[in-house]
Amino acid sequence: MSVPEIAESFIGSVTQVTLGATEEAGGTRSSTVTVGGSRNVVYGGSIDDTGQKPVIAMDVLDVRPDDWPDALAQPYEDVLDSPADWAKKCVDEFGADLICLKFDGIHPDKGDKDASGAVKVTKEVLGAVGVPLILWGCGNDEKDNQVMPKVSEAAKGENCLIGTVAEDNYKSLTAIALADGHLLITRAPLDINIAKQVNILVSDMGFPLERIVTFQTTGALGYGIEYAYSIQERQRQAALGGDKMMAMPVICDVGYESWRVKEAKLTDAPGWGAVEDRGPMWEATTAICLLQAGADIIRMRHPRAVAAVKNFINQIWAV
Amino acid sequence: MALTGLEIFKLLPKTNCKKCGMPTCLAFAMQLAQKRAKLDDCPCVSEEAKQTLAAAAAPPMRLVKFGKGERGVQIGQETVMFRHEEKFYSPTVLAVTVSDKLTGEDLKKRIESINALQFERVGAKIGVNAIAVINDSGSADAFAAAAAQAGESSGLALILVSQNPSAIAAAVGKTAEATPLIASAKADTVEAMAKIAKENNCPLVAQAESIEALAELTEKIKSQGVEDIVLSLETRSLRDQLYGLSRMRALSLKKVFRPLGYPTLSFVTDGDSDQQAVAAASLICKYSGIVVVDTVEPYAFLPILTTVMNIFTDPQKPVQVEPKVYSIGEPDKNAPVLFTTNFSLTYYTVESDVEASRVPSYILVVDTEGTSVLTAYSGDKLNEKAVADAMAKYNIEGQVSHRKLIIPGYVAVMSGKLEEATNWEIMVGPRESSMLPKYLQEVWK
Repeated sequence: MSVPEIAESFIGSVTQVTLGATEEAGGTRSSTVTVGGSRNVVYGGSIDDTGQKPVIAMDVLDVRPDDWPDALAQPYEDVLDSPADWAKKCVDEFGADLICLKFDGIHPDKGDKDASGAVKVTKEVLGAVGVPLILWGCGNDEKDNQVMPKVSEAAKGENCLIGTVAEDNYKSLTAIALADGHLLITRAPLDINIAKQVNILVSDMGFPLERIVTFQTTGALGYGIEYAYSIQERQRQAALGGDKMMAMPVICDVGYESWRVKEAKLTDAPGWGAVEDRGPMWEATTAICLLQAGADIIRMRHPRAVAAVKNFINQIWAV
Repeated sequence: MALTGLEIFKLLPKTNCKKCGMPTCLAFAMQLAQKRAKLDDCPCVSEEAKQTLAAAAAPPMRLVKFGKGERGVQIGQETVMFRHEEKFYSPTVLAVTVSDKLTGEDLKKRIESINALQFERVGAKIGVNAIAVINDSGSADAFAAAAAQAGESSGLALILVSQNPSAIAAAVGKTAEATPLIASAKADTVEAMAKIAKENNCPLVAQAESIEALAELTEKIKSQGVEDIVLSLETRSLRDQLYGLSRMRALSLKKVFRPLGYPTLSFVTDGDSDQQAVAAASLICKYSGIVVVDTVEPYAFLPILTTVMNIFTDPQKPVQVEPKVYSIGEPDKNAPVLFTTNFSLTYYTVESDVEASRVPSYILVVDTEGTSVLTAYSGDKLNEKAVADAMAKYNIEGQVSHRKLIIPGYVAVMSGKLEEATNWEIMVGPRESSMLPKYLQEVWK
């Protein structure tokens, strides 16, 4: 029986963004990563419309984390004190597409390290791995504004993805990212209007729209994921509808969010299965759900969760 | 396809008798088109008009029920592609396989392990909803015996999976009163399978390798008098399954293409438990009405059942937690008391940060009609009276020996009035919940 055509003509698409700079482009990365480019909703239309395959950025912290559950810390036991070795392990052993260097240690409440330490870590990690980097501040505006410009400068020309900037704190990092040739992450607190507003603000400063990735903030499975899910779906529809201010690829922070929930951490939970299995699966499932809503870059932590999600991505986006 | 007001008007008596409560038939037709009136309100409408209107008003995706009594399940009647448009209607039914090669103790254990896959999450019970008995043995007797046993030892809904009509007939013979879902009819078995479904009043799965073939098959099934149909698209990969499900959903909802206006079923029985959980999560998000898996690992079910819960939440209603005093860890008389609002996101963020502090604490949840701290404060749903009332109602005084209350940093401004209203010492906590661990560990001491 013949069935009707579903001919949807979208006027827009998700911007395609390339991270990292190889030697020819003035950097030192051995390869680049390109994301975005979808021309339809997830699983809509034909497979040709799906765009670039989503990628996984594995988190590396600038300082040894003191609050990671055993199940999460265990695979990294030998490298937690060395961000360079840690990053190398993520790339060589766990297949990370990108490394997200997260500067927790500069936070006033978590070590209050100064810029020189952050710069050193950045250079070490750049030297240890060839994949593109994401450079992510600690979340304290004042400290990020002090330290992240130095970090940016240390990675000048590498075409890193740097962030995050928000509605009420975007000027200094946007300016420096522009000067040092980096891409920018704009952040909004689960609010699609603010998300658009931040993009407008940074583009008013002359930052090119095609060099932005948006972060709508992330809720873990069971802890508000449906908000992030729907905002991402709405963002994709806005992009397809031709809204240039909403056409950026999307990044999610799945690792941090899923490992702080009780289902991932609680050791004594009869009937829930072993905690060693539960944590990775909570992280993997959170990532999978957000992929259904159109995530392009996913920050993750546990190698087993990464393996499960990579396996899924390769099944769906394989050519 | 929904009719317009004018199309409906043509079917009405056009007498303007006002018995429906509207001044004219045209006005009534307009109300009908907007679903603000019922056709029954018109006493003069013809039989023919009723039928035409009912056919046009039928939901684009049929609701299909199976199983019995309280544990019966329903799938379908979805109306939208995206959950922000309107709530997804029927939460995905999760089913687990039972092979009919299992007998005796093994069969019993398998069924028990499936029955055990029930959890409680945020005050709601979530769990596996169905057992899919698989005719691996090839024997009709073994299949019927396993189905009968599953029906007896479990209250879960049954899905009978066999390509052999005589095996299905045997199994339905033993389980018909539990209204199992028959899986499945293919092009070469459609007459026999539809006959069994019709005679026993059971819903039937139509299974084919292409969407076009499925559409043809459902028409055949329907012509034999079976209307409760579930679609199963046989694909070689998860990718083809997901793309196929999306296309079928769009065809039924956007094109109102009736031959595909039914809910769907997918099998995820390859790969280890991790891979099955991951595949199941994607199928839940993207339109499979039933997902059948092989694993019985609780660690895999907890996240996929939570996925169902989250994706099928009503996006228009803020999810709330019950206002009361929550104990985190094992707090004693000296434990800190914090308050927050009953918006679930707010509460769970606070809960997880208090847990992270490893300081046993009490969290008092004040009813703010599901709004966050700042929203509630600016809307006057969170004020000194609301907090004092909640403290009295849930008897926080009886649970601790001190009189110190930690309040969210964002409402520091209410400290004075709150102190007067409660006679408790008010301690202003951090503005951001993520700072609670440090606060509880350092300031509270």
